[in-house]
Amino acid sequence: MEKYFHSVTLDEDKCMGCTNCIKRCPTEAIRVRNGKARIINERCIDCGECIRICPYRAKKAITDEFSCIEKFKYKIAIPAPTIYGQFKPEISRNRILNAFKAIGFDDVYEVARAAEYVTYATRKLVLDDASPKPLISSACPAVVRLIQVRFPSLIDNLIKLESPMEVAAKIVKKKAAEKKGIDPSDIGAFFITPCAAKATSVKAPYESKKSSVDGVISIKDVYLKLISSMDRSNDTELLTKAGFEGIRWANSGGEGLAVGTDRFLAVDGIHNVISIFEEVENDKIENVDFIEALACTGGCLGGPLAVENLYVAKTRIKKHVDDAKALKDDRQPLETYDENMVWTEEIAYKPVMKLDNDIREAMRKLEALEIINRGLPGLDCGACGAPSCRALSEDIVRGIAVETDCIFKLREKVRDLASQMKELEDRRPPVMGNDKG
Amino acid sequence: MADGLMKLHYEIPADDLTYAGEASSSVKKVLVQLGINPVQIKKAAVSMYEAEINAVIHGHGGAADIEIGNGRIFICIEDKGPGIPDLELAMQEGWSTASDEVREMGFGAGMGLPNIKRYADKLDIETETGKGTKVMITVMYPNT
Ligand SMILES: Nc1ncnc2c1ncn2[C@@H]1O[C@H](COP(=O)(O)OP(=O)(O)OP(=O)(O)O)[C@@H](O)[C@H]1O
Ligand code: SF4
Ligand code: SF4
Ligand SMILES: [Mg+2]
Repeated sequence: MEKYFHSVTLDEDKCMGCTNCIKRCPTEAIRVRNGKARIINERCIDCGECIRICPYRAKKAITDEFSCIEKFKYKIAIPAPTIYGQFKPEISRNRILNAFKAIGFDDVYEVARAAEYVTYATRKLVLDDASPKPLISSACPAVVRLIQVRFPSLIDNLIKLESPMEVAAKIVKKKAAEKKGIDPSDIGAFFITPCAAKATSVKAPYESKKSSVDGVISIKDVYLKLISSMDRSNDTELLTKAGFEGIRWANSGGEGLAVGTDRFLAVDGIHNVISIFEEVENDKIENVDFIEALACTGGCLGGPLAVENLYVAKTRIKKHVDDAKALKDDRQPLETYDENMVWTEEIAYKPVMKLDNDIREAMRKLEALEIINRGLPGLDCGACGAPSCRALSEDIVRGIAVETDCIFKLREKVRDLASQMKELEDRRPPVMGNDKG
Repeated sequence: MADGLMKLHYEIPADDLTYAGEASSSVKKVLVQLGINPVQIKKAAVSMYEAEINAVIHGHGGAADIEIGNGRIFICIEDKGPGIPDLELAMQEGWSTASDEVREMGFGAGMGLPNIKRYADKLDIETETGKGTKVMITVMYPNT
């Protein structure tokens, strides 16, 4: 694996260098150079903001192609709960799940069900007086990475439990190996995702050495296939296992409600998440034991790889939640899950904003940065390719930009040069007579 | 920057809670860029934030002067406000003279000064009734 894998990448051919994306990025990870956007890899948290804002669709999220399922003999789809919000309300959850079998999967297991296991484990931690409060959900990988680069003091507050996606993959692969006697190496679990950050998580996990998920396929890429298989699939096999609490995870607030404490706060949209984390860092959040923080506006339903409009999808999820509530009593018996869900790897602070390893050198750079910044116009126009004048000053002291990248500075320089040239022109060589006489 | 010492100065506007906390959040950014350890950043940022807010709501505004270097972050927040008549009482958890209006904005729990005491490695407060208050916070960081 390369040092920094990112799902979010740039399509050079489509990028017009318009600078729309540079200001939206929560970690100032984008610069425009030679007319093309560049993502600074170690800063990107895969939040997908730049995908949403780009008017030319030049930012994309890399996921696996559908054909990747062919690498395994036994193929299992593990769809994110967001999937239920993508289809017409009259299509039942069971019919959606059966459609996965119709398009080539041997089995399907709801990540929503695994979300319920994660909820049970979370509930225990939240009730435990010994855990640091407020606890912060780690369900959204973009939020975990945000904490790593911008809020290191909150690393301790993160709930270090595997995500529902990982838990789902483990459960269903184990079950297939045990019940069907299939060789584990022949079983592939494929996450069907609205999320770029999850794709990164599978290829470059932070919570363990290797992900249990074998491929990540975007909802966009299976959507049409599923639609055209909805009729063919004759909705006979009962595949639904999740209750309403797991399904509701797709929505912002869903995970928080499931944890079952009044002392929870749910925030969505990466810029709102940042404001809340700033308040937590300042000890300004009171009476909150659990924070659900999702990078996408509206939660995963607003994920960059979802097909349906967020608000339409919200209404649809509500119907599925209500249906599941009504069914609650004759739900299939819950299989028990006692596996350890705790992360096996530690996550560390990534000091990407640090100016230098040597603090004295960092001070010198910071002072130079302030002086440069004072000389810039302060318009944050973005024409230099950096998100703000301050960010350009930072790039200059880091040695990756020069002052004349600023068009105002460039004009100043040109004007100076012009007046110098004029002055030179006025001077005549002595042989032609000196004007000073 | 003389002797590896970095000095910063910020004005703290009076009574405007919408922008209150800007100085401490700028200092936090500086500490991050200098590569100071997150634990020390949190200590310095939270204690400065509380002192800054106090200067805004109780002290009619003032100024913040910060010195960073040689293993030490020194924060001095000074105002020319009414001063604190009984400092011992003010240091107690839950003691507050904040108005209802201020409380509605989420301040006035009487936790600011106790929090500063908790986070600062060293705390000195000079205050005189009718003259003003000077809060001096020191946070040490491993000097590598
Ligand atoms: N700079 C100051 N000038 C005048 N009085 C002050 C100043 N700082 C604190 N005080 C007094 O000390 C009291 C306690 O301060 P403290 O910061 O602990 O609580 P608070 O500001 O009232 O509430 P909180 O900080 O929890 O929002 C204040 O209510 C105020 O009466
Ligand atoms: S995905 Fe988010 S963090 Fe990464 S470059 Fe885009 S906006 Fe920035
Ligand atoms: S909110 Fe959901 S879809 Fe969006 S980045 Fe986080 S986990 Fe992915
Ligand atoms: Mg206070």
